[in-house]
Amino acid sequence: MTGLPLLSIAIWLPIVGGLLVLATGPDRNAGQARLIALIVAVAGFLVTLPLYIGFDVTTSDMQFTELLPWVPRFNIHYQLGVDGISVLFILLNSFITPLVVLAGWKVIGEKVAQYMAAFLVMSGLMNGIFAALDAVLFYVFFEASLIPMYLIIGVWGGPNRVYAAFKFFLYTVLGSLLMLVALIYLFFQSGFSFNLLDWHEVRIPLTAQIYLFLAFLVAFAVKVPMWPVHTWLPDAHVEAPTGGSVVLAAIMLKLGAYGFLRFSLPIVPDASRELAWLIIALSLTAVVYIGFVALVQADMKKLIAYSSVAHMGFVTLGFFIFNSLGVEGALVQMISHGFISGAMFLCVGVLYDRLHSRQIADYGGVVNTMPKFAALFMFFAMANTGLPATSGFVGEFMVILGAMQFDFWVAFIAATTLITSAAYTLWLYKRVVFGAVANPRVAELADIDMREFAILGLLALCVLWMGLYPFPFTEVMHASVENLLKHVAVPKF
Amino acid sequence: MTDMQQLYLLVPLAPLAGAIIAGFFGRTIGRAGAHWVTIIGVFASLVASWFIYQDVDGGNPYNGTVYTWASSGDLNFEIGFLIDKLTVTMMLVVTFVSLMVHIYTIGYMAHDEDNWPADSLAGRNSYQRFFAYISLFTFSMLMLVMSNNFLQLFFGWEAVGLVSYLLIGFWATRPTAIYANLKAFLVNRVGDFGFLLGIGLIVAYCGTLNYTEVFALSQKLSGTSIELISGSPWMLVSVVCICLFIGAMGKSAQFPLHVWLPDSMEGPTPISALIHAATMVTAGIFMVARMSPLFELSDAALSFVIVIGAITAFFMALIAIVQTDIKRVVAYSTLSQLGYMTTALGASAYSAAMFHLATHAFFKAVLFLGAGSVIIAMHHEQDMRRMGGLRKYMPITYLTVLIGALANAGFPPFAGFFSKDSIIEAVHLSTTSGAGFVYPLLLAGIFVGSFYSFRLVFMTFHGKERFREAPPHGQAAQGHDDYGQHSHHGPVEPHESPWVVTVPLILLAIPSVIAGWAMVGPALFGNYFGGAIFIAPEHPAIARMAEEFHGAMGMVLHGLMAPPFWLALGGAASAWYLYIVRPDLPAVIKEKSGVLARILEKKYGFDEFNEWFFAGGARLLGRGLWKGGDQTLIDGLAVNGSAKLVGWVASIVRLFQSGYIYQYAFSMIIGVFVLLTLWMNRA
Repeated sequence: MTGLPLLSIAIWLPIVGGLLVLATGPDRNAGQARLIALIVAVAGFLVTLPLYIGFDVTTSDMQFTELLPWVPRFNIHYQLGVDGISVLFILLNSFITPLVVLAGWKVIGEKVAQYMAAFLVMSGLMNGIFAALDAVLFYVFFEASLIPMYLIIGVWGGPNRVYAAFKFFLYTVLGSLLMLVALIYLFFQSGFSFNLLDWHEVRIPLTAQIYLFLAFLVAFAVKVPMWPVHTWLPDAHVEAPTGGSVVLAAIMLKLGAYGFLRFSLPIVPDASRELAWLIIALSLTAVVYIGFVALVQADMKKLIAYSSVAHMGFVTLGFFIFNSLGVEGALVQMISHGFISGAMFLCVGVLYDRLHSRQIADYGGVVNTMPKFAALFMFFAMANTGLPATSGFVGEFMVILGAMQFDFWVAFIAATTLITSAAYTLWLYKRVVFGAVANPRVAELADIDMREFAILGLLALCVLWMGLYPFPFTEVMHASVENLLKHVAVPKF
Repeated sequence: MTDMQQLYLLVPLAPLAGAIIAGFFGRTIGRAGAHWVTIIGVFASLVASWFIYQDVDGGNPYNGTVYTWASSGDLNFEIGFLIDKLTVTMMLVVTFVSLMVHIYTIGYMAHDEDNWPADSLAGRNSYQRFFAYISLFTFSMLMLVMSNNFLQLFFGWEAVGLVSYLLIGFWATRPTAIYANLKAFLVNRVGDFGFLLGIGLIVAYCGTLNYTEVFALSQKLSGTSIELISGSPWMLVSVVCICLFIGAMGKSAQFPLHVWLPDSMEGPTPISALIHAATMVTAGIFMVARMSPLFELSDAALSFVIVIGAITAFFMALIAIVQTDIKRVVAYSTLSQLGYMTTALGASAYSAAMFHLATHAFFKAVLFLGAGSVIIAMHHEQDMRRMGGLRKYMPITYLTVLIGALANAGFPPFAGFFSKDSIIEAVHLSTTSGAGFVYPLLLAGIFVGSFYSFRLVFMTFHGKERFREAPPHGQAAQGHDDYGQHSHHGPVEPHESPWVVTVPLILLAIPSVIAGWAMVGPALFGNYFGGAIFIAPEHPAIARMAEEFHGAMGMVLHGLMAPPFWLALGGAASAWYLYIVRPDLPAVIKEKSGVLARILEKKYGFDEFNEWFFAGGARLLGRGLWKGGDQTLIDGLAVNGSAKLVGWVASIVRLFQSGYIYQYAFSMIIGVFVLLTLWMNRA
């Protein structure tokens, strides 16, 4: 093992690089800004590879740990480390960043340096969230990562961007405050420690656990987002530029789910078991209710945003049925959703860049003018419906099997996604891509270029790889998930 | 890896390689390159299957893992092969029919560019793409039948569904095609929903996905009961089998999930033959036969299976009588024959079902490809009312279709006679409850089946030549079955199809004649399937038939005196009288029968009901939840309703609009740190 602080590099390289990009200044240096951003983003991904290669799959202990005092007076540390639950998200996040930079290559013409910098900084901050083992450090990263996203939506967003950014803000702020209170309580309860691993061992009375659980629930449920606090997501997606939507769907939604695994389950396991019914009910509602709502959307981005909510329902469902199939399936689903929803938003972006419309009704017969795009879009659409041999199948399959071990009817309701996801995704595809050329504007569409092909093709390879051979992914998770489940099963009050 | 293991891998991978090359490099290798590479792939697969057959016949079955797909907890997900008699039979049927269809496609799709709008880029290389799809299908189907576990079974199951979706909607600019393929996918997903639940139950109670391990635990499944609704315990194995069979109902188009199959005729005819007649739709039959160790333990499931099968067999045959589109007659005939296979499963006569599956694959492929040959000759006219007298123009097509019809109707000594007669006899002897209701339906179905088969032959190949007449008023409006803008309504001079079309017809017609005679002894009553099929001692139908079996010749002689033969003869004679002797009568009968004819023409109204109730209902519910739930309740009350926030909105709006976003961002960060410092000091 090298002595390099790999996690710190993964966090600070994009942030410093982002500041460097910002230094290129005005838009006449846009070319420079783009190039530096791409180099930083690719380098940012490459430095995370040793995290996977050097990862020891046999232990559930934290790896690549770093520990420095930060605010000694309050026992706050700059403490980093990853286990089988978090390591893959750092790779996913760092992998998505170069794609996002490439996706904004041509479309973003104004404030290019700021745009690229925002994404790079956000990428570093989100790596920080997944690596932080100190609660204060986590909280700082968690809150700070929102700022670039507000900016991305607020500055480069659509006409209604202010409403969307505000709704996003409003939803998240309440949760954040409650979480802060919970963190302070835990600080005292644990005898003045902010170390998350210490918190996992703290004994907490059941009533207090319930309150803590609810505080965390509000913070994380908004991020996932779970029904019924999901309504900010379609608005945010609709207004966000393509790159913003990709990061939002691929990474940001995972933060809430990750929070459940890092905070709720291990710190308040008894409350988690007590209130599992609530999460399961909300998750199943998301799967079914949102499935129907997605069906009737007229805006492509809204449709895919709703589809995200339904797919994330599988994640929270998987966590709270407390078996390895469920939790690992949910983790796989999170990674897979990163690829697929990112790709779906990129596909919509490809169309939007050309026609400046997200309305399904403005399209039809795209296959006649963009056959290459149509093929890739078909692949991702099928992945979105959970077709075997795509990554979309793996997580859903595992969660449904896990749910069946838990209860037949839970599995029954969850499995309805087989029908609803196919209905809304393929109906969308039919109306947009199939058919005769619908109008003169569609007739003039140009097929995807090399850059777009490279982005979508890369994602397609990931989706296919993870569908054909998910073993390398599940292998990494085993030890940590088993350890977590063992931990959750033991009463702590 | 042993030589045999390499051969097992070659079987699915050769067509996959062909599909990849033709699909991704279609433009480079051109048309000839695409059909050669895929044909070579499928041919290699057929040859390898033949060697594997010899090997398995010599007593070397195989069951092993190729690779571990994933693992979770104690559960391993694996990709692997189970090669036994059941598997190799399917492998041979699939690769043989697929090879014939590949060759046939060269002729059928030769002018596919005419089927696309002039400047559609999707129309370029569509020939190559078609070959890529049918090879991909062959790969998927082989993965399905060769699987040794439920994961791979489900993979193949959904993958064939995907290719079917792509091929039904192959002519993607036609509204009817893209309606039909969406419908097919969704209806199949309803079946898959049940299928997945069945698999889930198996994993939950057996802790494994491997067939052999599950079968070893089958007694445990039958000993366990499950209370889905509290207070009414069910045998677990019954629930599992019914769930699995719901999957089969989707894939094998059993009532009431049959609705997608007739519409699937929107796809090019070669795939109607390959996917929607010979192979994919029989996947459900194969799956139930494969699961015989489970189904045998549940009388409830077997009764369910036999009744669903009988309803499909009889009522779908009735619809075929009133169809005028040549492909749709064959499509409804397929539904009916699948129903026969299903009843055989329900009667515990798995070998009879598999036997009928094999013979049906041949004679139904003949009928479809023959219909396709007629369609090319008629320049994409599919309405039989505009055909007639074609036999002297297309003698090879005529003869092969006639053979197909004789086999389909179950006339001895054609292949269909042996398999269908075995099914009827098995149901007759079956102890499954419900068999008494099923038997008369199957007998009546024989008459109907023979009638529609010969109606097709007579309307198409005999009688007056109607193809030079102008289309009668009203017929041209039957646009749904029509080929839209490409329909050729001028006078046509039909001629025999090229050899790439007729040779596959002949090669498929040969087994349609002899396969029954040759295979009935060993396949049904010998120990052909070995341990692959399990029959509980209390289900004696096949065993009792074996006692009475005295060779193929004896079966034919016995058949000539049995009711099915006379019913078939009656059906053929009625068709002859109505469509040759008195062609004016059908219209009169239709007039007189009024409501009954309407019901059949409306196909019992399933399409209308589904469109109204399920499609319409889902959209209505979606709108209700969206407008009422998301917009009114959540956003309206909880989010936007708070009046106090309005001021806040305004102030932040100003911040954004002022353009000083960095000030805003900066103040956010400052805010976080100030907050942090404040409470730190307080602490």
